Formats: sequence, C-alpha cells, structure tokens
Amino acid sequence: MAITATGLRKSYGDHVVLDGLDLRVEPGTVFALLGPNGAGKTTTVQILSTLISADRGEAEVAGHDVVRNPAGVRKAIGVTGQFSAVDGLLTGAENLLLMADLNHLDRREGRRRSADLLRQFDLVDAAKKPVSTYSGGMRRRLDLAMTLVGEPRLIFLDEPTTGLDPRSRHAMWEVIRGLVEGGVTIFLTTQYLEEADELADRIAVLNGGRLVAEGTADELKRLIPGGHVRLRFADAHSLDLAAKAIGDASRDDGNLTLDVPGNGGVHQLRGLLERLDAAAIDVQDLSVHTPDLDDVFFALTTERTRR
Amino acid sequence: MSTMAIRDTTTLLRRNLRHMQRFPMMSIGSLLMPVLMMLLFVHVFGGSLGSTLGGGASYVDYLVPGILVMTVGASAAWTAVNINSDMSEGIIARFRTMAISRYSVLTGQALCSLLNTVGSLTLVIGVAVLTGFRPAADVTDWLAAAGLLVLLTLAFTWLGIAFGLAAKTPGGANSSSLPLQFLPFISSAFVPTDSMSSGLAWVAENQPFTPIIDTLRGLLIGTPIGDSGYWAVGWCLVLTAIGYTWSRALFNRDPSR
Repeated sequence: MAITATGLRKSYGDHVVLDGLDLRVEPGTVFALLGPNGAGKTTTVQILSTLISADRGEAEVAGHDVVRNPAGVRKAIGVTGQFSAVDGLLTGAENLLLMADLNHLDRREGRRRSADLLRQFDLVDAAKKPVSTYSGGMRRRLDLAMTLVGEPRLIFLDEPTTGLDPRSRHAMWEVIRGLVEGGVTIFLTTQYLEEADELADRIAVLNGGRLVAEGTADELKRLIPGGHVRLRFADAHSLDLAAKAIGDASRDDGNLTLDVPGNGGVHQLRGLLERLDAAAIDVQDLSVHTPDLDDVFFALTTERTRR
Repeated sequence: MSTMAIRDTTTLLRRNLRHMQRFPMMSIGSLLMPVLMMLLFVHVFGGSLGSTLGGGASYVDYLVPGILVMTVGASAAWTAVNINSDMSEGIIARFRTMAISRYSVLTGQALCSLLNTVGSLTLVIGVAVLTGFRPAADVTDWLAAAGLLVLLTLAFTWLGIAFGLAAKTPGGANSSSLPLQFLPFISSAFVPTDSMSSGLAWVAENQPFTPIIDTLRGLLIGTPIGDSGYWAVGWCLVLTAIGYTWSRALFNRDPSR
C-alpha cells in the first residue's frame, strides 16, 4: 500500500475536522478525495504529508509511519498545496534551483532538471521574472514543477485546479496523466466531480470528517438510482393518460412531467414511444437523465433533512 | 551540525539574502533609526546631556556604545517582522514537508540577520566617526568589542525570531520586539544611571543592556569596566539560549493552517 490510514481524528477546539478516517491507496494509482469545502480534505493531506499531527489514529505513507519516521515519509513524497507553495520574491528559475539545492542535487543536475521542468511546464519565457508577477495558472504550474524536482514517487495534490480557467485545468490534467504513466502514485483532493471522474482510479467522498462512500466512479454512480427518462406534457389530461399507459413512473403534476426509471437506452426509448403512440398521447419534450457523480455527491453530502 | 544541515542552512541563507537584495527598503529602514537617533542625541540634546557627564568627556564618545546596542535591537525587530511574514508564505509549508534539516529555515534567517546587523553596525560606526566619535581603542579592544557585538546580535536575533514566530501578524511581531528597541532608554545608553530617580536607576543598573553598554564603552573609550564584562557575556549567552530554545519550540508547533 502507498498509503494506509486508520481512525484519523483531528479537531481544533470544539470543531471536529476529521472524525475517524480510514484510507487505503494502492501504489501507482490516482486516489481522489472528494468533498465540499470544510470537509477535511486539506487537513487529511496535512496529516499524511507530516505537516501537522493527528489527535488520534495511525497513518503509514510510502512504508513509513508519519509520526515515528516523518523523515522517511518526506523523502518519498511531494506536496502541491492549495495555497501555492512558491517563493514570490524569487524568479521561477530561482524557485526551481532552490528546490534542486534542497533536494541535494549537484549543481549541473539541478540546472538540467530545472531547465527541463521550465520547458515541460511552459515557463521558459517567464523563467527570469519574479513569481509575484505570475498569473494563477503559471503559479500553479511552477508549484507542481517544484514538487517534481525531487522526483517523488507519491504526490499529494491538494485542489490542484481550484481557481484555474478551463484551459489551465485541462493542461494540469494532462500533466497529472503523464505522471501516472510514469508510475507515480497520486493522492488528489478536489471539489470538482468532473476532475475525480476524469483522473481517479478510486474516489472517496469525504463529508463532515467522515468517508461517506468509496469506490470507482462507476461503483459510486451505481449507488444512486438516478437514471430516468423525463417526459413533459402539454396538459394534465395527457399526463393522466400517459401515466396510465406506462404504469411504473413517478409523476409531477406541477411541472406536468413523468419520470420513467431506466438507463435511457435506445431500446427503452423505442418501447416508451411506441406505447405513447399506440395511446395517441402527444409528448411535448423528452430528456434522458443518467446518474453522474453530481447526483452521487449531492445525495451523499447533503444533510438528511434536505433529502 | 551535520553536512546536510550546513548545506540546507547555506541554501536558505542564500534565499534570505536574495530577498534582502530584492527588497532592501526594510533593512535600510532598520538602519536609519539608530543613525537618526545618534544625530538627534548628539546635535539636539547633546549640549545639555553632555554636561551631566562631567570631566569634559565628549558626549558622542559616551553615546556611541548605546547607539550600537540600539542598532542591534532595531535589526532584531526587522528579523521578527521578516520571519513572521515569511512564515505566512506557502513555501514554508513546503519546506516542512521536505527531507531537509528541520531548523535550517531558522538558522538561515539567523545568519542572514547576523550579516545584516554586522553591516548596519559598520555603517553606524562610520557615521559616528564622521560625527566626531574618537575611540581610544587598540586592536585587541576592537576585536573584543566586535566579539561582544556579535554575541549580542546572536542573542537578539534569536529573540527576534522567537517573537516573530510567536506573533500572529507582522505588526504584532514588530510591537513584541519593541522592548529590544526601547529598553536602551532606561539604561546607561544616553545618561549615566546615577542621574536617574532611584527606582528607575535600579531597573537601569540591573537590566541586560547596561552591562553590555558599559563593557562596550570601556573597550572603545577606556572607561572602567569592572565586572560588567562577565555580566555582558553572561546575559548574551542566556538570552541566546532562551531565544534559540523558544524559537525551536514555536517552529515545532503545528502551523495554523
């Protein structure tokens, strides 16, 4: 296992941030920790990356206990945080060389790797400018490039694309995919379902300091019976007729809609339309809803009172 | 210190020096205060304050040791503000998760402050000589004075780092290090302690600045030192130990976010 954690607890005063968290991450995979703001994602990363200590529970990262052997953990990991960990007063190139020195690379190797990373992250033109002049996307790219100087085998990415525009986000995804191809294990936190769906092998949903679900994207989608075909009618009479003709469906008289459970495949649609034709019912509008991670996320992270 | 600690400290010292070079205004500001103080006291108050000394000693000669200690105090305040604002940067969190010598972040800052303060002291002495400072010291005296100033700088730098780590904001770091800048006024820096009211004189005679200033004055212009030298070195060592231990403990706390 690249990461195992059992019963992690952390609170600040009365505020419980993590309430008994268990995690297992396989080497060479992308693991996404998904959750709304304040769910405890950043705290989890901070504990696993030895930045802060848990109140209770145990965690092993890259084979080392985070409390007993933090130095062993630090040798194996790289962290790119939500708050960009770059030195704003230095230039991009100086930031990378600083990392090379702190990774104890020799001069030539350090310069070579910095130059490679500047190229790979499209920062060559900005290399000699102070980082305080960089855009958000450039800072995030530099941040990740700095993490990669030490060639870590396990990388924590805490909300790597929060606040980035779509183009920068897709560029970041490409970089992450490239790392995975190289065999790097990625522990990713995100509040974007699309991001977890795109990148992760396994997804854990964190809410209020606890895991509320874990599995592959498909497994999570199966948890929620959200698939249906929605039919809309022009008037209540048509809705009545249709409800009788179809039978197993839930109707909404206010919106004049009928939700028919199912995957919305061609076969189901053809059958539905044939039955409606046979009864001579006019359908105003038809749409297919397949469950996506949004449904899962909202279902799992919304308070019970709202459901 | 292991070779890794030395290497990491050097790397982070270079980072701090580069910051100073990019944004020199802060360190220039901390230099300006003691220089202005010296000019103010010599040229504005010097006439009347100098008459309390008796024996026709030159007031600027009497004043300079105190101004040198103030310079060290002002630099310590700069250190406190500097490390406090640095700690709020994300890159410090990165350093904490890297396999580097843990306290090199602090020792790098301490060395940078030491170099900065030595530079300031040299400039202040230069301005003092232009103002009429005529020390009677020989080479041995100068070396001893320099040694004491370095010890004092180490003590104040580590206290400044601790104040900076303890404070929540740069403003707080600045005000918590005010005593280092203010205490010289209640010492033998500007006037002899026997000219003060009895309560104040007791404070002045027993606070760390007075033996340090008296020792410097003795080394530079030849006034009697007595046992002040031992007290001066003792205070510096004790303050360094307190500042260093406290800084390490503060750095080991969980960062606030």
